[in-house]
Amino acid sequence: MIDQKILDDHNLTRNEYDLVVKLIGREPNITELGIFSVMWSEHCSYKSSKFYLKQLPTKGKNVVQGPGENAGIIDIGGGQVIVFKIESHNHPSFIEPFQGAATGVGGILRDIFTMGARPIALMDSLRFGPLTVPKNKAIMDGVVSGISSYGNSMGVPTVGGEVYFNDCYSLNPLVNVFCLGIAEKEKIFYAKTGGSGNAVLYVGSKTGRDGIHGASMASAEFGKETEHKRPNVQVGDPFKEKLLVEACLEVMAQELIVGIQDMGAAGLTCSTSEMAAKSGTGIEIDLDLVPQREEGMTPYEIMLSESQERMLISAKPEKVKAVKDVFAKWDLDAVEIGKVIDGGQLKVWFGGKLAVDLPVAAIVDLCPMYERPVQAAAQSRHEIKELTHPLAGDYGLILTKLLSSPTIADKEWVYRQYDHMVLTNTAILPGADAAVLRIKDTKKALAMTLDGNSLYAHLDPRRGGLIAVAEACRNLACHGARPVGVTNCLNFGNPEKPEVMWQFKEVVEGMSEACRAFKIPVTGGNVSFYNDTEGVSIYPTPVLGVVGLIADIDALVMPGFKEEGDVVVLLGETREELGGSEYLKVRFGREEGRPPSIDLAREKAVQELCLEAIEKGLLQSAHDISEGGLAVCAAECSFFSKEKFGCEIDLHEEIRSDALLFGETQSRLLASVKPWRLKKLLGLAEKKGVKAAAIGRTGGKNLVIKHKERKLVNISVEDGYKTWKETIPNYFRIK
Amino acid sequence: MKIRILVSFKDSVLDPQGQTVKNALHTLGYGFIKDVRQGKVFELELAGISRADAEKAIPEIADKVLANPIIEKFTWQIIDA
Amino acid sequence: MKFGVVVFPGSNCDFDIFYVLKNVVKQPTTFLWHKDHDLRGVDCVVLPGGFAHGDYLRSGAIARFSPLMKEVKEFADRGGLVMGICNGFQVLLELGLLPGAMLRNKNLKFLCQFVRIRIENEKTRFTNKGKKGQVLSIPIAHFDGNYYAPPETLEEIEANGQAVFRYSDDAGNLTEEANVNGSLHNIAGLMNKRGNVMGMMPHPERASEALLGSADGRVIFESLIARF
Repeated sequence: MIDQKILDDHNLTRNEYDLVVKLIGREPNITELGIFSVMWSEHCSYKSSKFYLKQLPTKGKNVVQGPGENAGIIDIGGGQVIVFKIESHNHPSFIEPFQGAATGVGGILRDIFTMGARPIALMDSLRFGPLTVPKNKAIMDGVVSGISSYGNSMGVPTVGGEVYFNDCYSLNPLVNVFCLGIAEKEKIFYAKTGGSGNAVLYVGSKTGRDGIHGASMASAEFGKETEHKRPNVQVGDPFKEKLLVEACLEVMAQELIVGIQDMGAAGLTCSTSEMAAKSGTGIEIDLDLVPQREEGMTPYEIMLSESQERMLISAKPEKVKAVKDVFAKWDLDAVEIGKVIDGGQLKVWFGGKLAVDLPVAAIVDLCPMYERPVQAAAQSRHEIKELTHPLAGDYGLILTKLLSSPTIADKEWVYRQYDHMVLTNTAILPGADAAVLRIKDTKKALAMTLDGNSLYAHLDPRRGGLIAVAEACRNLACHGARPVGVTNCLNFGNPEKPEVMWQFKEVVEGMSEACRAFKIPVTGGNVSFYNDTEGVSIYPTPVLGVVGLIADIDALVMPGFKEEGDVVVLLGETREELGGSEYLKVRFGREEGRPPSIDLAREKAVQELCLEAIEKGLLQSAHDISEGGLAVCAAECSFFSKEKFGCEIDLHEEIRSDALLFGETQSRLLASVKPWRLKKLLGLAEKKGVKAAAIGRTGGKNLVIKHKERKLVNISVEDGYKTWKETIPNYFRIK
Repeated sequence: MKIRILVSFKDSVLDPQGQTVKNALHTLGYGFIKDVRQGKVFELELAGISRADAEKAIPEIADKVLANPIIEKFTWQIIDA
Repeated sequence: MKFGVVVFPGSNCDFDIFYVLKNVVKQPTTFLWHKDHDLRGVDCVVLPGGFAHGDYLRSGAIARFSPLMKEVKEFADRGGLVMGICNGFQVLLELGLLPGAMLRNKNLKFLCQFVRIRIENEKTRFTNKGKKGQVLSIPIAHFDGNYYAPPETLEEIEANGQAVFRYSDDAGNLTEEANVNGSLHNIAGLMNKRGNVMGMMPHPERASEALLGSADGRVIFESLIARF
């Protein structure tokens, strides 16, 4: 009955199938096979990644909930907690950019409010192929529109993120969406059933045929025949979800429910089995009672449907009417479709017959875990082939070229389409080092950022993992925020390829080491494998979402220069490191070399220095040095300043000029201070063992950078600003 | 009974979406397209109402709800009696 | 002065305006559910921003049929104060309490950014604490903010001095560049002939605390209270 073709269609290996038969003591019927297919898919089971993810540090005194639930939870004091997570929606965004991205937002929002937290912020990390290719432009346009339409309609501000461009993403765009919510510590809800006899309610949109096998699609490479997977992309209805969030928060506030789980990947299958498995009970539902918007749906289709905006609720029988009344107020379906039972089975009825009878443990917990073979990549790319000596005099041109590289250029074209101000918490506009949200009625604020340089991870995965964490924390430090928790989205190619699995192992090891050094717990995240099309993989792309706390919002520091005549200070030291730099790529077309070295102790010292300097009110501005190096950083400080004045910097390091200006040495910040505070800042730096030097002054209409008195860069801020500002809009201008 | 109602912008109202579509078509080589106006299609399925009563109710529905008379006009027809 | 913030399914900025009215301007404020028939004796009804009914069909088109709108219309006809912000402005247009309609932004994209608006008429319930010609920095966030009215209607609006705010540059000039959504006559906010109903696309509740970038929006609330 079940032949190889059916197994292939369901992405199950013969071994996995044999294990299913062993676990349930018989052959599964087609609906039951479908259930195993989705629940044992990479996306749902993490079968290739769990082995390595185990080493991530997940404990901390403020961790209320670590990995394993819908989202992670960190205590921020004052009786409040933050609930946050990042998720990917890569494959659907390639098939149908608008809906793929929109439903990605919908999914992560549900993961947050299902725990009892009102979502207050979204961020997204987007990766596309070069904009010179029309298809990549169309994907970017669709993705940004999709995120905009869903997030704006929900009234949750999209406050930050990143957009990267690289050829490896042409056929595999990445859409990682992060969401954060705030809740009361005593009012958190989990995916649990409670005791047997409790009612199981289905709330939200009707079930249709959308997205069937969406989870399996996310667990397979794309080939030439993927066009037919188009019906696998779900269509979102943000208005419905807005009603859902209000209704759910209302039943939670009134304490009418026992547990709740959203129906995301693998819809009804996942929510029923996971809720039961976590509680050690069973669950029994009748599909004839499930609200459906299509006719003639089979049990297979109903169980596997990924129709959006649906939740599963467990409630004590005496509370059911009250729950239904709340949902009726918000014009949403709320139907009792079954009950919690003893015995640990998932029993599904259809047309009076038992269509599914499986042990939940087998579905949720007993998927085999794989330690896939790893093989290190060739190290030859670590050498940078002979570089011509930097030509004198055209550094201004190179800087302009970097400013017009889409990865570095201004992203206002993107974030202007997102409502980033709704909920009136946004303390700084997008574009800075991190997003900062005030917490109403307190002096505190939350800072959050998404970071992950994939070129570094490609050239040296372990170092890439280390730097991703370090850079995110550095961005937070620039705003005076101390990191409290991490969520991560790990985007990789096909894990069945040993080199990819090795990249994964190395990145996770690098990330773990950095998280331990910074003492920040990983509260959860997402793994997206199989970002591979026609055999070409993406670069390993770890996207780190780090959240921090600012103790006093009034002490907030921004990246832009504040006043003319301030002293520009370089915190940290520059070494001659051009590997993996945007400069090498933009000027020479090369992606080579070893990423810059990272010394965690040195990095921590610089961040501590910045945090303390901000606490003591010493800094006028602070900005992290990353892609494009010191020169791009200085340019950005000018662009972010209100009056857009420039600066004059004179550097004296004995290294190549281009490495000095554009190299991406880690652990460096560019700050500005009032002249009478310079001494105190330098003293503080010395105390912390951080190299710091005054390198120039802010002011004037030009950006001037000298190396040992020789003027290398002298461009007008206005010209640089124009280039930086208009790069991305120019790609989308209608001719 | 099935009714189809077409709602589109009045001629005096600028239709930038229609213009964008027109420009895109020209870029693709369909230069013979003189103008494009974008609108909406509503298909209503009716039951339990006579044809005569429907012919009175539909324009009312279109005018009151489906179209904004300040900026939109509509036409309608019975597509399946 | 008692304020009532109407909540439609899909309203988002109801929390924001409630917070400003209650905690910043410190006036008694209550929420009004769209299905009710009770305005609870408020002195000013506020229709907030958001996506009532998902903006499906047209922005504000379905919300205007909400049960409570019957009471709101009667309240306005009696001279009661009604203020619509963004989506709320769109509802007032669909209701016919204000003339004209909204089209898609001229660049066909959702726009979220700070803009400048110039006070055109300081003799209104909503602007009496400001000065004619004063430029306010207030953010917009909308897809359909391109104000349109047929020529005769527009003439009437101008003749009656019904335009309350217009998009301008920092210096108060009504440039095309400042008019980011393409509204006719740069109209950003409008009131009825009687002067008791006002709608505006920018969000004054997002510019009522300096921490968020501008407190210029407060003048509108202070004006309402001053003449109460």
